[in-house]
Amino acid sequence: MAEVLVLVDHIDGQVKKNTAELLTLARRIGEPAAVFVGSQVEAARPRLAQFGAGKVYVVDNPDVTGTLAAPLAEALAAVVEQASPAAILLPTGAITKEAAGRLAVKTGGGLVTDATNVDAGDGGVATTQSAFAANYTVESVVTREPAIVTVKANTTPPQASQAGATVVPVDVTVSDVAKAAKITATEPKAKSARPELTEAQYVVSGGRGTGGDFGPVEAFADVLGAAVGASRAAVDAGWYPHSNQVGQTGKQVSPQLYVACGISGAIQHRAGMQTSKTIVAINKDEEAPIFELVDFGVVGDLFNVLPQATEAVKAAKG
Amino acid sequence: MNIVVCVKYVPDAQGDRTFSEDNTTDRANVDGLLSELDEYAVEAALKLAESGEGEVTVVTVGPDRAADAIKKALQMGADKGVHVVDDAIHGSDAAATSLVLAEAVRKATDGSPELVLMGLASTDGTMSVVPAMLAERLGLPQVTQLSSMEIAGSAITGRRDSDTASDSFEAALPAVVSVTDQMGEPRYPSFKGIMAAKKKPVETWSLADLGVDAGQVGQEGSGTKVVSFTARPPRQQGEIVTDEGDGGTKLAEFLGKAKLL
Repeated sequence: MAEVLVLVDHIDGQVKKNTAELLTLARRIGEPAAVFVGSQVEAARPRLAQFGAGKVYVVDNPDVTGTLAAPLAEALAAVVEQASPAAILLPTGAITKEAAGRLAVKTGGGLVTDATNVDAGDGGVATTQSAFAANYTVESVVTREPAIVTVKANTTPPQASQAGATVVPVDVTVSDVAKAAKITATEPKAKSARPELTEAQYVVSGGRGTGGDFGPVEAFADVLGAAVGASRAAVDAGWYPHSNQVGQTGKQVSPQLYVACGISGAIQHRAGMQTSKTIVAINKDEEAPIFELVDFGVVGDLFNVLPQATEAVKAAKG
Repeated sequence: MNIVVCVKYVPDAQGDRTFSEDNTTDRANVDGLLSELDEYAVEAALKLAESGEGEVTVVTVGPDRAADAIKKALQMGADKGVHVVDDAIHGSDAAATSLVLAEAVRKATDGSPELVLMGLASTDGTMSVVPAMLAERLGLPQVTQLSSMEIAGSAITGRRDSDTASDSFEAALPAVVSVTDQMGEPRYPSFKGIMAAKKKPVETWSLADLGVDAGQVGQEGSGTKVVSFTARPPRQQGEIVTDEGDGGTKLAEFLGKAKLL
């Protein structure tokens, strides 16, 4: 059976949950093998073994990092050359998608991004995606091997399946053109104590109705253990960072619970959140289109409703 | 400097976007327009051209109606347009599209592009991969998803904001660059711009003009195929209450009943 490569998402060897999800999906198509970029593979191995990686291809080269797509694509191409996999699964992200795109051009393999499901299919790897602001669900087949698929987080429950996780070093020489674009400075953003937006089980978002005061939104998010999102209107007004924007031109989220506060629910916003399992909205305007989507809605002022809900949740949680 | 901006004609997100019988994006029965995110790339190109000696060429690949996307960019102030039209292109995936774009960019620049600008993503496919694919095909550095950029001499610098950091980039030109909607608002075409656009040259090229074989594009030339599409069932509207001093309590009760606490 051919191998299925999974690009490991990790911070200094700490493997993220989405990698376990991808290894679980990879087992449906072939023999899972991990691709680890970095120098701390020993820290990552136990978890990769736990979720079924028979091999771990290791690219430990200072020219290859998670922040530049061109060198990453060359590294992946070198692994593909060595492993001849049936498919490569990558976590969906800005850089990984671009690396996947370049890999598709290099290998001639077919590319699907933002998949919510992956399976073995007739005539190639079968994938599921959303289209047109998540108004459609699309089933595709990747007709050219290797199938290259980026998969969204939180789409499959990880299932353990012990394997050897044998380390296989891969030599990569990064081309001059791939090194030509350089990062000259990095300014880390203040790390939020809140969960990451695209990985969060709960998301509380604020829009125009906050008038720029996200205090009640953040307080409610914190009592729920939620990530904080923002509508484009709120981001364009400079009230909240762009990295928290939910919508067509921001993040697409699909949490267990999405709470929209003072957000009207334009198509641009719906595109980013309407696949959420449960949707709750608070809006002063009873005609706001967001109410068409909700499981529960409160017509009212978020500055009254949210603090009361925060206290009630606190009390309920004891 | 010759700046090429690659743009896409997309179905209007405000319309009822759907698929055709052959599972490709319906581009005939839904009103289309220049992809909103591409306007930021056009704007960035115009600013660069205005700040120095520069000419802006807009390239699009798409059916006859895609000429509207070029027209809009010319009205905004671009100097000339290139429209690649060929029935064989219908149903191309991102990789096949990038092949056509690469040959169009080469031909439009006599084989030596200086700066190729693109938007963050198309608003229909939303994959955000074509700039990277184009850079790969042209053998050029890619500097993508910039929220600000500057050109000094033959170097481009810019800033890319991710969730965890703000990265400063530098690359020597030529390069393929994509910009986000954080770049600054695109201009509206002025009356003068609309009148001037009528006289601006637009070339129409076929695959044969680009030396691309029809088998390399379209559904036959693509590595992926949509096999079915299903409209998401409309969500059932749940309970809506009006806050009479107890809205927050009711919300918390709902979350409790839904086992979300």
